[in-house]
Amino acid sequence: MNENEVPLLEMKHISKDFFGNQVLSDINFALKKGEILGLVGENGAGKSTLMKILFGMDEIHQTGGYGGDVLINGQKVQFASPIDALAAGIGMVHQEFSLLPDFTATENILLNREPLKYTWLSEVFGERMNILDRSEMEEISKRAIARLNVPLDAEMVVSQMPVGHKQFTEIARELSKESTSVTEGIKLLVLDEPTAVLSEQEADSLLHAMRKLSETGIAIIFITHRLQEILDVCDTIMVMRDGKIIKTVPAEGVVITDIARWMVGRDVNTAQRQARDFDYANKPVILSMENLWVDMPGEVVRNVNLNVHQGEILGIGGMAGQGKLGIPNGAMGLFPAGGKITFEGKQIDLNNPRNFLNAGMAFVSEDRRGVGLLLDETLEWNISFTAMQVQEKYLKKYLGGAIKWRDQDAIEAETSNYVKQMEIRCTSTKQKAKELSGGNQQKVCLAKAFAVAPKLLFVSEPTRGIDIGAKSLVLKALRKYNEESGTTIIMISSELEELRAICDRIAIISDGKVFGILPATTDSAQFGLLMVGQTSALQEGGSV
Amino acid sequence: MTIEKLTSSVKGMVTSFGLPRVIIALFLLVLFILAPFVGVNVGTSLSDTLNRFGMNAVMVLAMVPMIHSGCGLNFGLPLGIIAGLLGATISLQVNIPGPTSFLLAMLFATPFAVILGWGYGQLLNRVKGGEMMIATYVGFSSVAFMCIMWLLLPFSNPTMVWGYSGSGLRTTISVEGYYLHVLNDFLSIRLSDHLLIPTGMILFFALLAFIIWAFLHTKTGTAMTAVGSNPVFARASGINVDKIRTLSVVMSTWLGAMGILVYQQSFGFIQLYMGPFYMALPAVSAILIGGASVNKASILNVVVGTFLFQGIVTMTPSVMNSMIHTDMSEVIRIVVSNGMILYALTRKTEAVR
Repeated sequence: MNENEVPLLEMKHISKDFFGNQVLSDINFALKKGEILGLVGENGAGKSTLMKILFGMDEIHQTGGYGGDVLINGQKVQFASPIDALAAGIGMVHQEFSLLPDFTATENILLNREPLKYTWLSEVFGERMNILDRSEMEEISKRAIARLNVPLDAEMVVSQMPVGHKQFTEIARELSKESTSVTEGIKLLVLDEPTAVLSEQEADSLLHAMRKLSETGIAIIFITHRLQEILDVCDTIMVMRDGKIIKTVPAEGVVITDIARWMVGRDVNTAQRQARDFDYANKPVILSMENLWVDMPGEVVRNVNLNVHQGEILGIGGMAGQGKLGIPNGAMGLFPAGGKITFEGKQIDLNNPRNFLNAGMAFVSEDRRGVGLLLDETLEWNISFTAMQVQEKYLKKYLGGAIKWRDQDAIEAETSNYVKQMEIRCTSTKQKAKELSGGNQQKVCLAKAFAVAPKLLFVSEPTRGIDIGAKSLVLKALRKYNEESGTTIIMISSELEELRAICDRIAIISDGKVFGILPATTDSAQFGLLMVGQTSALQEGGSV
Repeated sequence: MTIEKLTSSVKGMVTSFGLPRVIIALFLLVLFILAPFVGVNVGTSLSDTLNRFGMNAVMVLAMVPMIHSGCGLNFGLPLGIIAGLLGATISLQVNIPGPTSFLLAMLFATPFAVILGWGYGQLLNRVKGGEMMIATYVGFSSVAFMCIMWLLLPFSNPTMVWGYSGSGLRTTISVEGYYLHVLNDFLSIRLSDHLLIPTGMILFFALLAFIIWAFLHTKTGTAMTAVGSNPVFARASGINVDKIRTLSVVMSTWLGAMGILVYQQSFGFIQLYMGPFYMALPAVSAILIGGASVNKASILNVVVGTFLFQGIVTMTPSVMNSMIHTDMSEVIRIVVSNGMILYALTRKTEAVR
């Protein structure tokens, strides 16, 4: 590769914010013809936003566009829609399949781009009566599949294919886009976690195919969480974290531990670490989960065994989709679950939120707007509702308890108390929850949980989608609550740094199971290894 | 006060009251002002409007519990009306004349409303998200089913059954001698020859409205509103969502039953067979015009909406009729009331989450 060559793709000073929340800042990189770039980063590091900018997705335009320039072959471009990007020769293979299940591979590959044959009917009724040129279609799709070099049957209906073949069909579709008068041939292919659904063997053949493609001059941006694949196939590795590029290095000579460390970031701290020595081992077990399974779509928990000690802050981390979010949702009873959960020596019947709440536990959901808040109601209602319904707080009773009247004064007093205590920024306690910013909404969710005075609190993704200032406030509030009231806290988060900042020990979930539990003081690279499915040498921090 | 201050305060009032309501209210006002010039008596018009308000308000109130619990607009109102009709006919069968018959009708209607409402609630819990469509057909099919039953049920009071066969209920049954105008005449105030205020009927509505208002301030009522606002949130707070929804449907159905009894005592007749068929739409429209949305409604919406809707429906035909000097009142009434319904249903989407 010639250094003086104009790069195929260049991104200069790309920045993007969603309503004041900076998600990308000053992204610079260049991609040469035939180069394979491995893009890694934790969830929320900004990878997908960057790709959305490249493709000109509506989401970007609707939220105020982006800063910086995208250059293709040295020409500045600005795609108004993904269709423009496709026309310019950029192809993308998504995590979710966008295929028609009852069509064959060939039909899917050439959907809406079928070669047509002219018939006498078109003579009469115009081009709409052209028929598909089946033999030509077959030829094109076979050629595309041959470029991939995989055993994919062009005539097979998609619904009958194994997942791996569906993935290949998607890639073949991108490859079949040869240059025509209106579009250019495929030059750049973005693969967003293509191997996540593949078996090892299938993944191998995909990696092999990628290398073949790059030899023909197609550049590839490869996003994956499997770090070994990055090392196997990529020329360059780019690590992103918190919307910034942390490292861009040639793949040669890099080892997995390095990537893991760059990913989770040891040197840059978003949340100040508040180390403490907490002797959890000598505290009684307050909650134990045995063989817990939860059927939560996208976050399936298969078999979790976990003991939580009284008064500790236990972190639960892991990659998205591995099942960490399923644990609190299943325990709470929001999704079908099975197994055994014992709280303070008593077994809790699963699948009914009421039992969970009556036992003295509370849950702050990761889905703030969907589960956590009454968006159309006032802060007063949001904060007091659960405590009112479960524990009959803020009620005035008449006629011997037959009439339970809402005690407006008590609700108002309690709410303004929390507004002050948690620094919730609002115009009044009567403001509607939907009008608050994400960070303040999160504080309302926490206040709601605090209002029931739980003995054990599950907090799921408490800092997702909120800015750094609110983040540290939320984390501080949690830590303070734990210390002042002795409440045991189980915090689930995708951000390892924030888990390390306030937790005593951290369990990493992988494939629906507890993969390892380590004290929070452990080197972050060790956690990184656990997350990507490699067993760490250090297995301390209590029973798995 | 400066002009600027005045305009801004007017603007504030308009936004808080809602522009559609301001326009409709102004239109109604214009009709009242026009009335004397075309020979329509204002006293009679006002009296008619108040009367129709009283007749319909309880049925509009029947929308409130279901809207609060997120079951949408109660298009299945005919089911509640059928419970009311059963109560009314059984009361007449028992044949105790005078105001007692009204109490009996309420008493007999209640178990039917509870049972039918419970079943209707169970059905709606199985079709979450499509409640309003299903509710419409629950209303229609129950009316059709009762068309058969009115013929077959063994009623025998001669005032109710067909004279020539001696069996099967008539399409319209007079309540004269039973509970005609029991509420209308209670404490009624005659201001002039033409203007009569049906105090009792309005008081009865006020009582029911107060009960609903109070209920919404209790623990269960709060849970009902929360279920309507965000069912997942309510479930995560330990609420049995299906139970609360069923309760709201039972309440709505019962209010529908009470509503038709109030309507009958003022109107003077029990209308069977296809009578309840189109009762839901005017009630739905009234509450939408009153400013309610598919999942938020207040008692004020009920009062304002019913008054505006019934006012327009009463006033437009009589004023228009006198202006063009032909008897078109029925045609105009149909055009106006359906036009209002159409308008109200287009407003429905404006507040959906």
